[in-house]
Amino acid sequence: MELSERHKEYWSKNLVITGVLLFTWFIATFGVIFFADQLNDIVIFGFPMGFYMAAQGSLIIYVVVIGIYALYMNKLDVDYDVAEE
Amino acid sequence: MAKDDSFKKALKKYYSFYTGGFIAFLIALAILEQVGLPSKWIGYIFMLATIGLYAGIGIMSRTTDLSEYYVAGRKVPAFFNGMATGADWMSAASFIGMGGTLYLMGFDGLAFVMGWTGGYVLVALFLAPYLRKFGQFTIPDFLGARYGGHFARFIGIVGAVLASFTYVTAQIYGVGIITSRFLGIAFEVGVFVGLAGILVCSFLGGMRAVTWTQVAQYIILIIAYLTPVVLLSTRVTGVPVPELMYGTVLQKVIEREKVIFNDPKQIEVLDMLAKKIPPIEEKIKGLPATLEPERQKAEAKLADLKAQNADSKDIEKAEKALTAFPKTEAEAKEAWGKELTGAKTKAKAPTSHAKAFPGKDPWTDRLNFMALTFCLMVGTAALPHILMRYYTTPSVKEARYSVFWSLFFIFILYFTAPAYAVFAKFEVYTNLIGSQIANLPLWVTNWAKIGLVTITDVNKDGIVQLAELTLNADVIVLATPEIAGLPYVVSGLVAAGGLAAALSTADGLLLTIANALSHDIYYKMLDPNAPTARRIAISKGLLLIVAIIAAYTASLKLDLILSLVAWAFSIAAATFFPALVLGIFWKRANSYGAVAGMIVGLALCLYYLAGVKFFGMTPWFGIKDIAAGTFAIPAGFITIILVSLVTPPPSKEIQELIEHVRYPDIKGSVMRTQT
Repeated sequence: MELSERHKEYWSKNLVITGVLLFTWFIATFGVIFFADQLNDIVIFGFPMGFYMAAQGSLIIYVVVIGIYALYMNKLDVDYDVAEE
Repeated sequence: MAKDDSFKKALKKYYSFYTGGFIAFLIALAILEQVGLPSKWIGYIFMLATIGLYAGIGIMSRTTDLSEYYVAGRKVPAFFNGMATGADWMSAASFIGMGGTLYLMGFDGLAFVMGWTGGYVLVALFLAPYLRKFGQFTIPDFLGARYGGHFARFIGIVGAVLASFTYVTAQIYGVGIITSRFLGIAFEVGVFVGLAGILVCSFLGGMRAVTWTQVAQYIILIIAYLTPVVLLSTRVTGVPVPELMYGTVLQKVIEREKVIFNDPKQIEVLDMLAKKIPPIEEKIKGLPATLEPERQKAEAKLADLKAQNADSKDIEKAEKALTAFPKTEAEAKEAWGKELTGAKTKAKAPTSHAKAFPGKDPWTDRLNFMALTFCLMVGTAALPHILMRYYTTPSVKEARYSVFWSLFFIFILYFTAPAYAVFAKFEVYTNLIGSQIANLPLWVTNWAKIGLVTITDVNKDGIVQLAELTLNADVIVLATPEIAGLPYVVSGLVAAGGLAAALSTADGLLLTIANALSHDIYYKMLDPNAPTARRIAISKGLLLIVAIIAAYTASLKLDLILSLVAWAFSIAAATFFPALVLGIFWKRANSYGAVAGMIVGLALCLYYLAGVKFFGMTPWFGIKDIAAGTFAIPAGFITIILVSLVTPPPSKEIQELIEHVRYPDIKGSVMRTQT
């Protein structure tokens, strides 16, 4: 069957949000690791930031990234009329 | 909808009651302990009560319905599937080993924390919603449908069985360790006791029983993980939130490090330990000529000790060393090689806990950290027993929420693990190092009895220096209740938590293997007309056989088991991830590409692992064998793309399948009725 323009738009929006969130994941992971040494010079509440990000900060970002994706996509489904009944 | 809501409500009610009941059970045991119930009995009660509970849930959830058996009837709400995935995911190694790994490795250990959580971002963005829409029973199912034909399915089965089997063996090994330690039975018996606990669930009720047991197991394991460290945090800092408070404790640890690392006595001990290395290197170099003189030395030492009327323990040790003395050159090479690694580890100068990449070559360390994190993440997003869980939610929408809940529940454990390490280090650095060897803290003497803590007075000054202390990674989480001065009931709780973690993971893995064999090989490839009853009977039979083989393998106690687990991630990542993701996101990917890509990924991964680990291959760019997927995953992607481009595009039906998977519901689609 042929997909309508709306369907194609839905998919490209999906790809955009996937790309943006993947980029966030990439920075929160490999950016943090790469600059861990430099981040460690900043100390907040006793935590050297490089250590803190790898132990907790990036994990929080991951949870939030997945939460945003779920909320965004579930709304997109409704907006583009592809949601399940 | 209304029916779904009432089901959810009922679930919430059951599990709230259950959680309350479990806490009441803990309080009752604590009271019984105060009035004199011996700790041995507390251990027994914990093991029997929890295994009995899992068995009860397994029996109540028994089923012969196909969809119930394979995917729990596809009605597990996002929140509960999140808990089940959490228990499925967190293994004995996460529960018992993680805190200790972080203690021993400091910053470098955080690659595991990041890798084992960040992978869920990939699951959420690339796989879970689409697999749910596809809506079959197994991961090879998707490969078979998307890449048409049995070949892609078959490679998928090989990858799934290879990755899951190594992993399940390690879980059963973990069950054996926990049951033997807390029940005082032999390891081999413990393995089979644990096996019974695993089988009552998966055998009777397949995915349905496993799901509802895993939810129960998650609740126990998370209570068990948080209780000791929350109480310890309260004791040390006055605030019961270890995740926030360990920053200040970390600063104190860093202060102490400066004193302990530079203590002249510590440096003296390190020097003495370093001097033990060259003789070992020489005797290995001089093989086979050194074999006989070394044996004579060992004999002379024993005779000497006997003549001096030395301590009976020392004589016993020397006798043991002599009976275990290597007989051939190959044996000597292995035994002395181990001795050499051990001696080198002991003589290594300690590094600061929070220091990133403390080694001599920070760039290679940094590269390895990134490579390992990458492999663990992609591996997480490719392990079939995890992906399979997203088939069980009622809808695509719920699958998306479910990944969120999964990571949330997993996150609670992983973001607490670093606190365990820091609190334990604080205790060791302030109360153990510098104390009299004749007068050690009680928890140290307790765990020294079974060899998890060793203190050797190298410089004979009667005082513990850091270099004289060796800790096994498992001891950190296991000993925290005693470090915090808590009653034995908390130790029993920790053991029950570790058991829950190991059993739940083993259940999910066994089911994956049995399903791959019964559903994918038997039903899809050999006998597509098999009646439902026979399909389930075969699955159950296979489950039993696989479980027994896995338990037997575990009971051999191979050193290799732990490396195998780490490898499972790279193996799964290299085999599945490129084919699954391209299958959804790139319509042009065809079966030739996928088959070639999976074979190249798997083969390169195994070649690199085996080459670096066993055949002395020089690592590429210094990447360790544990991160073999670093090369194999990109190779898989590139192969699929290149081979697909030079071969014909997939058929129209397959293109429609891809569109079908991409949209939760296309109104008016022909394929709509199929799910």
